[in-house]
Amino acid sequence: MKNMGFQLQNSDFNKILNELKKEYKIYAPKRFEKRGTFSDTDMIRYGEIDSVEEIVWKEKSEYSPKEIIFPITQTLFYFTEEEYKVPKVDDKKIIVFLRPCDINGVRRLDTIFLKNGEHEDFYYKRLREKVKFVMIECKESFENCFCVSMNGNYTDNYSIAVRFEDGQVTLDVKDEDFKGLFNKVGKEVDFTPEYVKENHVKVEVPEVDKMPLEIFNHEMWKEYSERCIACGRCNVSCITCSCFTTQDIPYEDNPKAGERRRVWAGCHIDGFTDMAGGHSFRKEYGSRMRFKTLHKIYDYKKRFEENMCVGCGRCDDRCPEYISFSTCINKLNKVLKEEEKDEE
Amino acid sequence: MGLDLNTKKVKKNAYRITKERGKTALRIRVPGGHLEAKYLPIIKEIAEEYGNGTIHITIRQGFEIPGIPFEKMEEINRKIRPIIEGLELDYGVKIDDPEGGYPAAGTRNVSACIGNKVCRYANYETTELARKIEKAIYPNHYHVKIALTGCPNDCIKAHMQDFGIVGMADTQYDSYRCIGCEACVKNCKKRATGALTFKNGKVKKDERRCIGCGECVLKCPTGAWTRNPKKFYKLLIMGRTGKKNPRLAKPFLEWVDEDTIIKVIKNTYEYIDKYIDRSLPKEHVGYIVDRTGFNVFKEYALKDVELGPKAKVAEYIDFRGYKYEKDAFMKEEE
Ligand code: SF4
Ligand code: SF4
Ligand code: SF4
Ligand code: SF4
Ligand code: SF4
Repeated sequence: MKNMGFQLQNSDFNKILNELKKEYKIYAPKRFEKRGTFSDTDMIRYGEIDSVEEIVWKEKSEYSPKEIIFPITQTLFYFTEEEYKVPKVDDKKIIVFLRPCDINGVRRLDTIFLKNGEHEDFYYKRLREKVKFVMIECKESFENCFCVSMNGNYTDNYSIAVRFEDGQVTLDVKDEDFKGLFNKVGKEVDFTPEYVKENHVKVEVPEVDKMPLEIFNHEMWKEYSERCIACGRCNVSCITCSCFTTQDIPYEDNPKAGERRRVWAGCHIDGFTDMAGGHSFRKEYGSRMRFKTLHKIYDYKKRFEENMCVGCGRCDDRCPEYISFSTCINKLNKVLKEEEKDEE
Repeated sequence: MGLDLNTKKVKKNAYRITKERGKTALRIRVPGGHLEAKYLPIIKEIAEEYGNGTIHITIRQGFEIPGIPFEKMEEINRKIRPIIEGLELDYGVKIDDPEGGYPAAGTRNVSACIGNKVCRYANYETTELARKIEKAIYPNHYHVKIALTGCPNDCIKAHMQDFGIVGMADTQYDSYRCIGCEACVKNCKKRATGALTFKNGKVKKDERRCIGCGECVLKCPTGAWTRNPKKFYKLLIMGRTGKKNPRLAKPFLEWVDEDTIIKVIKNTYEYIDKYIDRSLPKEHVGYIVDRTGFNVFKEYALKDVELGPKAKVAEYIDFRGYKYEKDAFMKEEE
């Protein structure tokens, strides 16, 4: 079946982006020169863009696009003794360029923030409602990606899909709001975005009903106590990690007034499970690895019938201790299979 | 016919007068301590064909090839042409006769730690800057030792040099990206100077205490800390070993740029030229500074130097170290 798409020179696409900027903030993975962790390395993360040339599409971003709808630091309200006030949100709508795994990841975030329990998360919702996806076609796997195993590689949930090539873009425009923009400038071509069919990394996720409780105390988590340094890079780069803490910040000159804000947290990071009374659960780093793993492929799945992890592989990309989450899932699967055999 | 040598010329050509009569040792310079492996066969060949088959790796990151008969110097000088071309001329060093061997040996090989080619802590590419310095100061007969180190860990021991260059990161904080994990705060306290404190969920830096090691950037999971892409350096001066007064180099400049470093080193050569005691066989720069006093040196070193807004200059330096002539093992009556 033919699928009508448009092909544009970058310069023409930039004109359209300029047009869109009147109504939208446009976010894409972008290069922050020499802002990487090590000197003379770049940081690739999401930021607002003005032109297609700024979009980094040949590499995977270090951080996911989740910060656009789930900001790292977010003021919830300002308070005085009598009242509180919720800050306004920018009027502009939002366009995000992102890959299939991340679109699938945002669906997980939607579930957590909007369908988990009685209340929708007001702050998440008011940003999320503004977002339209431009899917970056992802044909070839990067290092550490395992989206195919996690069903994160495919989606048709996008307003526009884009194939980048040097100097030009090819688009599949599904959203009626946008179609008019391209009719005049784009050359009509037959275009259906392609998807990754195979990653270098493959994982076998154990079935939810095969997960016995004993796995909690299994040996296999122990090695992570020695290896993990609890830096939290895996959490903050993950598209689906969605934990946060709230902070009440009193103003210095008038401590009765202040603001409440929420900031990202992560299950690997010290302090995450600190409770009143000074107890700290999961002090052993290995149990944090266990918590994360089972959360991503067990607890969540039991409730929502899909894995939380979409296989973007950023946790593996960024772990300074070379702890591979995909390897951990495979290890878990192997352990479970062996135990099953033993029982037979 | 007896062996008749002008030893001064021999030494200036980077050959040593050794304990073994008739035999010399050649010192190969490797500015910045890094070289392509393709030069090693030349060094090997010289060692095996002319020397005694061994190679010494010098503390300054050069190669010393011992056991060479003096008569072979000219022949060997022609052989090392590719090394002189590849490690000196290609980086802009001016050497009139590339087949005549090294034209000077007073200014020692500019050494460097591995820097950000490999090391995660490094704040810059040490070899690259070493080569720029080599271009600015070599060939030169004055005895000056320079080393570059990527961060205050100082693996190259820049503190033992006449000029030690330490990379400094101007770390910048984006409070929005900070999740308050305190990794940077705890680490700075433990491993650096405790320049960071945590208040109301965010981090504060005491600029006066920050030494620019860049550890906070390394520790930060979210990229709240990043380096200013503009590079900064600390310049340590007049450290030395030797038989009079060994001492560590001390900070002269902080938060200065590359051009300043190069200019100050170049100016120092003019200062040496003016003040050196020519009655001595060779006076090391540190001793000249001892004679003239720090302020005279400082005035010369900073001539025509434009310091940036972040730059700091030492008001005075108390070098200390210790003096052999009154060391702790000598009794009063001796
Ligand atoms: S996980 Fe899949 S969709 Fe995501 S970047 Fe990797 S290959 Fe592309
Ligand atoms: S990135 Fe690696 S070391 Fe850091 S918390 Fe995650 S698993 Fe542990
Ligand atoms: S001095 Fe610093 S940059 Fe150089 S090797 Fe040591 S730790 Fe690495
Ligand atoms: S650069 Fe080093 S000294 Fe300065 S704040 Fe960061 S960790 Fe502390
Ligand atoms: S390491 Fe980064 S995220 Fe953690 S407290 Fe420091 S600046 Fe904030």
